[in-house]
Amino acid sequence: MSELLDPVFLLGQLRSGLTTAMFLFLIASGLSLIFGVLKIINFAHGSLYMIGAYISWNMTLILGKTSLGFLGAVAVASVSVAILGGLVERFLLRYMYKREELYQLLFTYALVLIFADACKFIWGTQPHSVSRPPILSGSFDLLGVRFPHYDLFIIVLGPLIALGFWVLLNRTSFGRIIRAAALDREMVGALGANVSGLYLAMFVLASFLAGLSGALVSPIKSVVPGMDVEIIIEAFIVVVIGGLGSLWGTLLGSLIYGLTLAFGILIFPRFSIFAAFVIMAVVLIVRPWGLMGRPVK
Amino acid sequence: MSLPKRIPWTLVLFLVGLFIPVLGSRYYTFLATDILIFAMFATSLNLLLGVSGLVPFGHAAYFGIGAYVCAIFMKDLSVPFLAAWLAGGVGGALFAAVFGFFCVRLTSVYFSMLTMAFAQIVWAICFKWNDVTGGEQGYPNVPMPSMAWLEWLPWVGDLRIDHKFYYLTLILVALSMAAMRRIVNSPFGRILTTVRDNAERATFIGIDVRRYRLIVFSLAGGFAGLAGGLFGIFNRGVFPDFCYWPKSAEVLIMTILGGIHHFWGPSVGAAIIILLNQYIVSYTEFWPFFLGLILLVLLFAFPGGVAGAFAILVRGVRSIVGGRG
Repeated sequence: MSELLDPVFLLGQLRSGLTTAMFLFLIASGLSLIFGVLKIINFAHGSLYMIGAYISWNMTLILGKTSLGFLGAVAVASVSVAILGGLVERFLLRYMYKREELYQLLFTYALVLIFADACKFIWGTQPHSVSRPPILSGSFDLLGVRFPHYDLFIIVLGPLIALGFWVLLNRTSFGRIIRAAALDREMVGALGANVSGLYLAMFVLASFLAGLSGALVSPIKSVVPGMDVEIIIEAFIVVVIGGLGSLWGTLLGSLIYGLTLAFGILIFPRFSIFAAFVIMAVVLIVRPWGLMGRPVK
Repeated sequence: MSLPKRIPWTLVLFLVGLFIPVLGSRYYTFLATDILIFAMFATSLNLLLGVSGLVPFGHAAYFGIGAYVCAIFMKDLSVPFLAAWLAGGVGGALFAAVFGFFCVRLTSVYFSMLTMAFAQIVWAICFKWNDVTGGEQGYPNVPMPSMAWLEWLPWVGDLRIDHKFYYLTLILVALSMAAMRRIVNSPFGRILTTVRDNAERATFIGIDVRRYRLIVFSLAGGFAGLAGGLFGIFNRGVFPDFCYWPKSAEVLIMTILGGIHHFWGPSVGAAIIILLNQYIVSYTEFWPFFLGLILLVLLFAFPGGVAGAFAILVRGVRSIVGGRG
């Protein structure tokens, strides 16, 4: 147990916990956003993330292992996934808004199945890996802990995205209409706003984020079938803890999850994933709408 | 000519089921056993989904618990099959009662999420608790029950072990189905339907909604556990995947595909999914892709499930043939 008191070790765990948290935030924010506005729990969000990772891997093969190539790959992946999300919303999801929750869940699950096999069909079942872009492949020393530049990049990017969202939702007219539509879709439509266009825009934005996070995770984790199901569960835990639909709640949930995983390993080496589910269950029992969410009828 | 008003479907299915091993194919018997077990699992889910209007997203947990309990009792503790099987059902019901105590306090999407969280906890325990469940590697070599009592039957006694296990499964599933049908049609079942249709009014007439939901949640968990116990033996091993959330989704799909508003709907759904799976897998490895497509067609074209479409068809035939609607 001496390592519990070793500051260097603890700082290392803090670094890895924060990196996990900010990664999850990138993904979970899209999931939370879709639930907040469209009232749909989108299981296929993890699939969009996986597709982003595969496209990014595929593009680095074409564009080369330079920093610019990586940037290009990330851009292509995010934009393609955003377009794919747009097509899904426009031609399928749109017709599910009025259905019962159960059918909406099944619908997004059907997409999970279809996308997972499509990825296997196109890219095979072999694990693939992407090397970090040269500009971010180094690391620096912080109080004796090795701190990879890539981790720092992710840790900075997370809050930036959160801030961007906050500005978009609270300081623009688009955000005001979105928030109004989340409360009363019919009324906003009656006032002349193009609600179906707004929904499409939200879904495209969330898909863009999923694609972006998939592309950004490819240098850290290997790109394999099954990464969709794994990530959606983690993202789901995060948004449930923080509160579905609440952006800051999602940030808080990500931090709780990331740090529980990083420090839980010290206390329960074998059961840290278990701890995350327990936190989720406890939050649901005590405050079903999440730590920072608001109750929905 | 008019069709009889009530066809005793339970009896008809049971009689048809008796003849499957007569075909002599191990493959057909294998498929029939698989279908029976999943029909029971899906019907147990429908006690919640169709009868009570609850949408659990972690029903596989109780299936898995039943499978582990039954297998561990039989292999490690050498308990005879029937006792071990019942213990699996009790295990499923007990866990469902404990988790259900918290779940029934929540409604709609929060109920679904909490059932899922508990199921994932069960999965995580089964996945990591190497000493008891075998962890990630699963719990292999579950023994076949001794079926010496089948020996004295003419013909059946000479059959291969998998045909005998099929008969055992058929009897146990038929009994469980009859029990579930009894529950659905009992006054207790009627109250569940009342609660489903309008929980608020049910409260007004003095029904303790949470208590009824908790009882049906435990019952459904118990029957899922019984189905799991059979599946562990059939599969010759129990794995953490039995409890994992895609398994819960799979049984939800079966139930909804068949139709939640008919007692036999989930069984029809289980049969369709298993047969389609066998058929498609023989052509391509991309079965989930086709399952996804089937789901999309179902969601957009047949919202009432296959049984719903079938019921409309039967009503149409009756009104033409029998002259009554």
